[in-house]
Amino acid sequence: MNIKIEHLRKNFSDFTAVNDVSFTVSESEFVTLLGPSGSGKSTVLRLIAGLESPDSGIIEVNGEDVTRIPVQERKVGFVFQHYALFRHMSILDNIAFGLKVRGVKRSVREAKAKELLHLVGLSGLDRRMPTQLSGGQRQRVALARALAPEPGLLLLDEPFGALDARLRKELRSWLKKLHERIKLTTLLVTHDQEEALELSDKVLVMNQGRIEQEAAPQAIFDKPATEFVAAFVGETNRVEAIVQDGEVYWGPLRFGSYYVPDGSKVTVHFRPNDVYVASQPGEAHTAGVIRSILFLGATESLEIELDKGHTITAHVPTGVAAQSGFHLGKEVYVSVTRSHIFFSLGSA
Amino acid sequence: MKDKSVIPGFGPTLGFTIFYLSILVVLPLSMLILKTTSLTWPAFWEAVASPRVLAAYRLSFGASLAAASINLVFGLLVAWVLVRYPFPGKGFIDMLIDLPFALPTAVAGIALTTAFSSGPIGRTLESMGINVAFTPLGIIVALTFIGLPFVVRTVQPVLKDLDRDVEEAAICLGANRWQTFINVILPVLLPAAFSGFAMAFARALGEYGSVVFIAGNLPMKTEITPLLIITKLEQYDYAGATAIATVMLFSSFAVLFLINRLSWWAHTQRSSKEAL
Ligand SMILES: Nc1ncnc2c1ncn2[C@@H]1O[C@H](COP(=O)(O)OP(=O)(O)O)[C@@H](O)[C@H]1O
Repeated sequence: MNIKIEHLRKNFSDFTAVNDVSFTVSESEFVTLLGPSGSGKSTVLRLIAGLESPDSGIIEVNGEDVTRIPVQERKVGFVFQHYALFRHMSILDNIAFGLKVRGVKRSVREAKAKELLHLVGLSGLDRRMPTQLSGGQRQRVALARALAPEPGLLLLDEPFGALDARLRKELRSWLKKLHERIKLTTLLVTHDQEEALELSDKVLVMNQGRIEQEAAPQAIFDKPATEFVAAFVGETNRVEAIVQDGEVYWGPLRFGSYYVPDGSKVTVHFRPNDVYVASQPGEAHTAGVIRSILFLGATESLEIELDKGHTITAHVPTGVAAQSGFHLGKEVYVSVTRSHIFFSLGSA
Repeated sequence: MKDKSVIPGFGPTLGFTIFYLSILVVLPLSMLILKTTSLTWPAFWEAVASPRVLAAYRLSFGASLAAASINLVFGLLVAWVLVRYPFPGKGFIDMLIDLPFALPTAVAGIALTTAFSSGPIGRTLESMGINVAFTPLGIIVALTFIGLPFVVRTVQPVLKDLDRDVEEAAICLGANRWQTFINVILPVLLPAAFSGFAMAFARALGEYGSVVFIAGNLPMKTEITPLLIITKLEQYDYAGATAIATVMLFSSFAVLFLINRLSWWAHTQRSSKEAL
C-alpha cells in the first residue's frame, strides 16, 4: 500500500493537534514520525487508521480517498503502546480475533494464528493467557494479531514505549529484520530518535502539530532543516552567536562567513561529536581548559571552557582521550568541524 | 499464606473479621434456627409447606429474580451511558441512581403505589389493559426500583477502567460495534454485573417496606414471604415465623452461592478451557 496525506488538520476543541500535515509513504517503506510527546504524532496515526476523523485534509491509500470510510474497512494493522491485548482470551484467540470477526473457519484461523506466532518467534505459547507473558512477548503477540487479517499498512504507536531500554533495542532490531522479511508498508510513531534513525527509510520530525523535516535518517542528523530538528535529534551545543564583518562569531570560535548584516543574531548548533580536541595546537587552534570529564562508555564527554562564559561539550573516543592524556584542568585546543547555523528573523 | 504480605497483621485482622461476622451474622442466624427447633417435624412442615406459604416463596423468588434480571440489563445500559457519554445533567442523574438506597422503603412504596394506581402512569397502563398496582407486576416494579443501584454501581468502575485501546484494537481488526461489545467488553464486565445481580436479587428477597403498599397482599396471589413472616409474628406465632425465615435463609444462601459460582465460571471458563 502507498499512502498520501494532504493538508491534514485536527483540532481538539480549540487546540490544534495536527496542523496542515502532508506526506507520502511508498509501498514497502518504513517511515517514522519522530517528535516530542504532545507533538501530534499519535493523532496523525489515529487519523490514518480512522480512529479519529480529521477536520480537513485528505488521506489517500493506493490513490483512493479513504478519509471518510470506517476503520473496519481500512485494512490497517494497529499496534498500541500498551499492547491492548484481550486479556480474557488466549494468545491464539487474540491473534485469530481479526479472522474470527470476518467469519473465517476455526481450523483455518487457528492454523494462520499459529503461523504468525511462529513468525514472531513465540511458537508454543498459543494456549497462554496475555498476563502470563512478559511485556516484550505481549507486544510481539499484538504485532502478530495486527498482521493476521493481512493489512496493507502497519501502524505502530510507540510500540516499545512501555519496555525497558535493553528490550527496546532488542525488539528494534527484531522489528527491522521482520520488516525486511515481510516488506509491509509501515508507519511508526516514536519519541526515541535512536529508534527512528535505526529503523526508518524516512523520518518525519514533528513539532507542535507540524512536520519540521522529512528526510532520510542520516540527513535528519547531518542536515537538520530547522533549529528544532537540530536540537531534538542528537546532542548539540546550542549557542547564540553574532555576525561581525560578515563572519559568525561566538567568543573565540568562528563559524564561517555569511552574507548577513553585521550585528544579526544567529543560532549555531554543533554536535559534541563534531568538536575536534587536541593536546597540541595545530589544526585545532582555539585554546580551552577541560573543566569536567564524564565517562560514557565508548566515549568521554568533556566540558571545555574556552574563556569566561564560553563553555562547550565535546565527545571524544575513550581511547583517544587516554592516549592524549586528557585530565581535569588540562589545556587543550579545539576546532568545530561541522556546524548548523540558523538565522532568527529579528536582529539585535 | 506463606508469602510475606506487605501489610502486616493478617492474624489479627482475620481474627477480627471472624469475630465481627460471628456477632453480626452467625449468632443471630443461629438463634433463628434454634428457635425453629422448638417445633416438632409435622408442625415445622405444616408451617413451611402449606399452600399459602409455598405460593409466597414462589412469588418472592420469582419476582426477585425477575427484578434482578431487569436490573442486570438496564443497569448495564445505565452504567454504559453514564461512563461513556458526556451530557448535561449527568452528575445529577448519577446522584439519582443512589436514591433508592437513601429513601426509606415505605416512602418508595407509597410513591410507587400512587404513581401506578391512581397516578397518570397507572391510568395510562390501565387503559391499555395492564394492571400494575396490587398485582405481581407491581411487586416486580417495586423490587426493580430498590435494586437499581446495585448493577450500575458494580459495573460503573469496571467500565471506567476499561482501556479504550482494547476496543480500538478490536475495531482495527475489523470487528463491528456489536462484535466488539460481545467479544471484548462484555466478558470483562460480566463478573461485576453478576455480583451486582446477586446483590440486587438478595436485596429484593428481603425487601418488605416498598412492596407491601403496591402488592395488595392477597394470600396466594400477591403475598410475599417477608410479609407472611410479619403476619405470623403479629399472631405471636414466633416458631412458625422463624421456620419460614429459616427456609428463606437456606434457599437464599443456595441461590447466592449459585450466582457466585456462575460469576466465577464466567470469569474463568475461557481461561481454564484455553489453558488446558
Ligand atoms: N482525544 C483527545 N482530546 C483532547 N486532546 C487530545 C486528544 N488526543 C490528543 N490530544 C492532544 O493533542 C496533542 C497531541 O497528542 P498526540 O497526537 O497524542 O501527541 P504525541 O503522539 O506526539 O505525543 C496533545 O497535546 C494531546 O493532549
